Amino acid sequence: MNADLIRGLCYIVASVFFIFGLKMLSSQRTARRGNLLSALGMLLAVVTTLTAMEQFRWAWVIVGAVLGGAIGASAARLVKMTSMPEMVGLFNGFGGLASLLVGWSEFHWQWGETAALGLFTTVAILLTVLIGGVTFSGSVVAYGKLSARLTGKPILFKGQNVINAAILVAIVVLGILFVGAQHSAPSGSPASQTQDVASLPARAGGYLPLMGIVVLALALGVLSTIPIGGADMPVVICLLNSYSGLAACAAGFVIGNNVLIVSGSFVGASGIILTRIMCKAMNRSLANVLFSGFGSATSAQTAGYQGEAKPISPEDTYLILEAARNVVFVPGYGMAAAQAQHVVRELGELLQKNGAEVRYCIHPVAGRMPGHMNVLLAEANVPYEQLVEPQDVNPNIELVDVVIVIGANDVVNPAARDDQNSPLWGMPIIEVDRARTCIVLKRSLNPGFAGVDNPLFFCPNTRMLFGDAKASVTAVVAEFKQ
Amino acid sequence: MLDATTLPLLFFVFVLAMFLGVELIKKVPSQLHTPLMSGSNAISGITIVGALIASGHQGSDVVATALAVLAIAFATINVVGGYLVTDRMLGMFKSKGKEDSRP
Repeated sequence: MNADLIRGLCYIVASVFFIFGLKMLSSQRTARRGNLLSALGMLLAVVTTLTAMEQFRWAWVIVGAVLGGAIGASAARLVKMTSMPEMVGLFNGFGGLASLLVGWSEFHWQWGETAALGLFTTVAILLTVLIGGVTFSGSVVAYGKLSARLTGKPILFKGQNVINAAILVAIVVLGILFVGAQHSAPSGSPASQTQDVASLPARAGGYLPLMGIVVLALALGVLSTIPIGGADMPVVICLLNSYSGLAACAAGFVIGNNVLIVSGSFVGASGIILTRIMCKAMNRSLANVLFSGFGSATSAQTAGYQGEAKPISPEDTYLILEAARNVVFVPGYGMAAAQAQHVVRELGELLQKNGAEVRYCIHPVAGRMPGHMNVLLAEANVPYEQLVEPQDVNPNIELVDVVIVIGANDVVNPAARDDQNSPLWGMPIIEVDRARTCIVLKRSLNPGFAGVDNPLFFCPNTRMLFGDAKASVTAVVAEFKQ
Repeated sequence: MLDATTLPLLFFVFVLAMFLGVELIKKVPSQLHTPLMSGSNAISGITIVGALIASGHQGSDVVATALAVLAIAFATINVVGGYLVTDRMLGMFKSKGKEDSRP
């Protein structure tokens, strides 16, 4: 009894550590210590649990923990900052899979026991397995798309929504069968002391529906992620992040453990908030992101904008930048793809030495996950204070001498503001077309991920610096050093 | 395991934690959203607690144990990898001028 009380208190302390860890993440100065605190909370929760186990299968547990720890540690050390989105995506999936396995294992254990599972426990197992399965397979697909092992384009086929709906219906039916099978059994039947499956015909029926639900949940995860295009991945990653938390939460209900419920809820809430921020930053509803296959449907749109794009050489770029007093960089996924962040920072430093104020304006959906560009620039040693948001730059952007757009496209497309027929209409953008000069680094005039033409390229104050982003910036830096 | 008295309590905790989570996470600046995601990823590895409990039931057979151990492995990947990579990332965010390198 007393030991249970102490363990309960330890779980509360662990939860408080998580709370402070997240709270300290609200400032860059305290964030790192917050993460450490959160990790200590996790350690406390694990140690507490170890003292509570009925039967400690040392060898098994150690094999699992060492294996997982080694994989996790090496992945964390080796991953490149540009690959962060796919790694986070994959880890989300592992979290979901772990919860699924916990639910399954609990079911398997109790299934062999005499007492029938309670209704709530049965439903909780069902939810754990369902959410965990969707999280896992959805995350694997997201990982595939983000690491370019799968096509980044939306994969759409006829009747997709019908199939998804059919799967949902099947899950509901199997769920009812599963829960029903647990409760049609004659209660208190003592027949199963031997754990003989045959003596439990009704409850044994529960196993098949559960396996069916696992398979269908995995299928649903795949089918609901493949129609989502690469540029919408930030939303999906956030959503899967939220699911992985909710799966842990459901597992908490299965074993009746508060610390799982509390921490799972934090992760669930975090994912939901980030999803909302991403959707708002694109002015689209979640339903639109999930079901529309954006980009593929709009490709038939007419090539609307006419005009002449004015190319510029690195030499002339240097001359413009040399005279500039206020410069803003606008990075996008293209910067990550070209690995240009270090040379961009070098250019930024040269400009600063030259007396210019330099900032990096990062749109919430730039890159493939929230905050992706910030991490890349931080890796390249750009000071935290120079990383700013669109609302910091937009109000006074006409005072900015030069905006350098590196690998960003849709987030600077003025059509979102001016053209009611544009698919981007209403999306908050960085209004670079209002700056005195705008230099766009781009490989070609091809439209961006959303497949939408960008009238920015034809603005009178826009100059196009064609070529690979990294090579172009390197050339400008070389001019500066001469 | 879940009866009519504990279930409402668990739900109570769930609802309150959700609201608290929203309040906490709203305050995280967009610059730190990637570390937030990897850090919360690590927290979702809390399911390791469930995995440990599942691995230690009295009288469970080899299938239940194997499933639980697999769960331990995956949850540990999440926990260890998540915290380490978050620490690595946060270590990169530096303020201008003074090298405040407190760990």
